[in-house]
Amino acid sequence: MNALSIRGLTKTYANGLVALHGIDLDVAEGDFFALLGPNGAGKSTTIGILSSLVNKTAGKVHVFGHDMDAELEAAKACIGLVPQEVNLNGFEKLFQVLVNQAGYYGLPRRRARERAETCLRELGLWDRRDDITRNLSGGMKRRLMIARALVHQPRLLILDEPTAGVDIEIRRSMWAYLQEINAAGTTIILTTHYLEEAEHLCRNIAIIDEGRIIENTSIRALLRRMNTEVFMLTLDGDLAQPPELPGHDCRLVDPHTLEVAVHRGQSLNSLFAALSEQGVTVVSMRNRNNRLEQLFLQLVRLDEGRLESTRRREADARLAGGGQR
Amino acid sequence: MSFWRYYIPFETIVIRETQRYTRIWVQTIVPPAITMTLYFVIFGSLIGRRIGEMGGVPFVDYIAPGIIMMAVITNAYSNVVSSFFGAKFQRHIEEILVAPVPNWVIILGYVAGGVGRGLLVGLVVTIVASFFVSFRIHNLAVVVSVVALTSVLFALGGLINAIFAKKFDDISIVPTFILTPLTYLGGVFYTISMLPEFWQKVSLVNPILYMVNAFRYGFLGQSDVPLAVAYGLIIGFIVVLFCFCLWLINRGTGIRS
Repeated sequence: MNALSIRGLTKTYANGLVALHGIDLDVAEGDFFALLGPNGAGKSTTIGILSSLVNKTAGKVHVFGHDMDAELEAAKACIGLVPQEVNLNGFEKLFQVLVNQAGYYGLPRRRARERAETCLRELGLWDRRDDITRNLSGGMKRRLMIARALVHQPRLLILDEPTAGVDIEIRRSMWAYLQEINAAGTTIILTTHYLEEAEHLCRNIAIIDEGRIIENTSIRALLRRMNTEVFMLTLDGDLAQPPELPGHDCRLVDPHTLEVAVHRGQSLNSLFAALSEQGVTVVSMRNRNNRLEQLFLQLVRLDEGRLESTRRREADARLAGGGQR
Repeated sequence: MSFWRYYIPFETIVIRETQRYTRIWVQTIVPPAITMTLYFVIFGSLIGRRIGEMGGVPFVDYIAPGIIMMAVITNAYSNVVSSFFGAKFQRHIEEILVAPVPNWVIILGYVAGGVGRGLLVGLVVTIVASFFVSFRIHNLAVVVSVVALTSVLFALGGLINAIFAKKFDDISIVPTFILTPLTYLGGVFYTISMLPEFWQKVSLVNPILYMVNAFRYGFLGQSDVPLAVAYGLIIGFIVVLFCFCLWLINRGTGIRS
C-alpha cells in the first residue's frame, strides 16, 4: 500500500497565484522520501494540503488508503507534521505541549503522559520538560516539534525543512534519529534546502518546480545521470597558469587551488597521471558542490533572474496567505 | 469508542484553556473582582443610598444581578477571543488543526473554556457582592440556566470575533464599541420602565437586556421582559452563532489559506 497517493492536486490562491498544477505523486509505505524544489515551487503548499492547513482547489489525496475528502479524520490520524516555521505556544511547558498534542489525537491522559516522556527522552529534552517553550534555543524548538509530531506514533511523518538553522552536531543527531524511526517502519517525507541531507537520508526523490513535478525517481538513479562532476584540487605548490589537461575543463581558482571538470567515462587515474607528468602535486580534493545540488541546479535551471522571480512569487504567496494564519 | 475519540480532544482543549486562564489569574480573575467591587461601593453603597429603591428593592440589590451578568459576559467573551486569536497569532492553533479533531469539537472546547472563566468570575463577583447585597434567590434554576446559556452565547461571539481578527486591535473593537455599550444600556443599572416609551422600544432591540432581566428574575422575581422570550432569544442566538461558527471553521476562514 502507498503511504501517500496524490492525483491531480491543484491549488490556486485567492490572488490568482497557481501554486500547484495538478501534481501526481506516490510515496511507498516505509520510504524515506525527499520533496525538493526552489523557493515558491509548491513544496510547502503540498505539505499544507496534506496536513489540512491549506485548502486544495482540486485533486485527490489518499493517506494509507484513506481519502482525505471522505475520511479526513482517519487520514489525519496517520500523519505527524513538523512544520517549517516554529508554531509552539511560547508560554506552555514542553511536557504539556506533548501531553496536549497526544490528547488531540485521542490518547487518554495517562497514555499521553507516557508517550510525552518517551518522546522527550528520545529527543534529549526530558531535562527541560518543565521549561516554557520560548526559553528553548532554536535547535531545541526543532527537536520539540519533532517530538510533538511523533507523540501519537504516526505512520507517516512529514518534515518541512526540519533542520533549518540547526547546528551540524544537532543536525547529525537528528538524521540518526530519523533513520532509526524510518527503520522501525515510519514512512518519512522530507523537504529540505540541504541537498546533502536528502542525499544522505532519502531513497526516493521528487523535484517540484513551478507547481509541477519535474522529476520523480530514486536518488541512486538520479545521481547516475550525472554527466560531469567538478572537483577542487588543493596543490602542493603555487601555479601561475592552469596545467594542460586534455579532455578536462580546468581553471585556477587561486595559485594553489585548481578546479577540474571530470566527465562521465573519464577516470580520475588519467587526470592524476596528467597532473603528475606536469609536476603538479595534489594534496587533497573535494567536490565543488554536493552532487545532488549540481543535478538540482541543472534540473531547475536556477539562474539569477529565476531566483528573483521565485522571491517575488514567494512574497506574493505570503501576502495572500499571511493574514489568514 | 467513538465517544472517547471526541471526548478526549474536547477534554484536552478544556484543560488547556482552564490552565491558561488560571495561570494568569492576576490578569483574568482579579481585575473583574476589583472593578465590580468599585461598582458596588460607588453605585451601590454611596450613590445607591441616595437613589433609594428601584423595582421595589434597594438599588444595590437591583443592580447586583446585572453587574454579575456583566462580568460573566465580558469574561466569557474575552477568554475565547484572546485565547483563539493568540493561538492563531503564534500559529499553535495548527496543533489542533492538523489533528483528527472535528471542527465542532474545537468549537465546544473553546466555548467550554470561555464558559468556565465566565462562571468562575461570576462566582467571584457574587462572593464580593454578598458583602454589599442581601441576596435572595427567587428561582435557582433560572439563575443557573440563564448565566450558563449567556456565557455560552458570548463565548461563541468571542470565537467568531477571533476567527475574523487579523490583528490585536480587531479583538478589542467589538468589546469596546459594541459589547460594553450594549451591556450598560441593557438594564444593568435601571429598569426600562423609567425610560420614555420610544427608548423603551429601542431598548427591546438590545439582546443583553433580555439576559440581564432573565437573570434578575432568578434573584428578585421581577423582569422587564417575558422570561420565555428571553430564553427563546438566548437559545436562538446560540444555535445561529454555533452554526455560523461551524461554517466559518469548515471553510477555513482566518485559519486556513
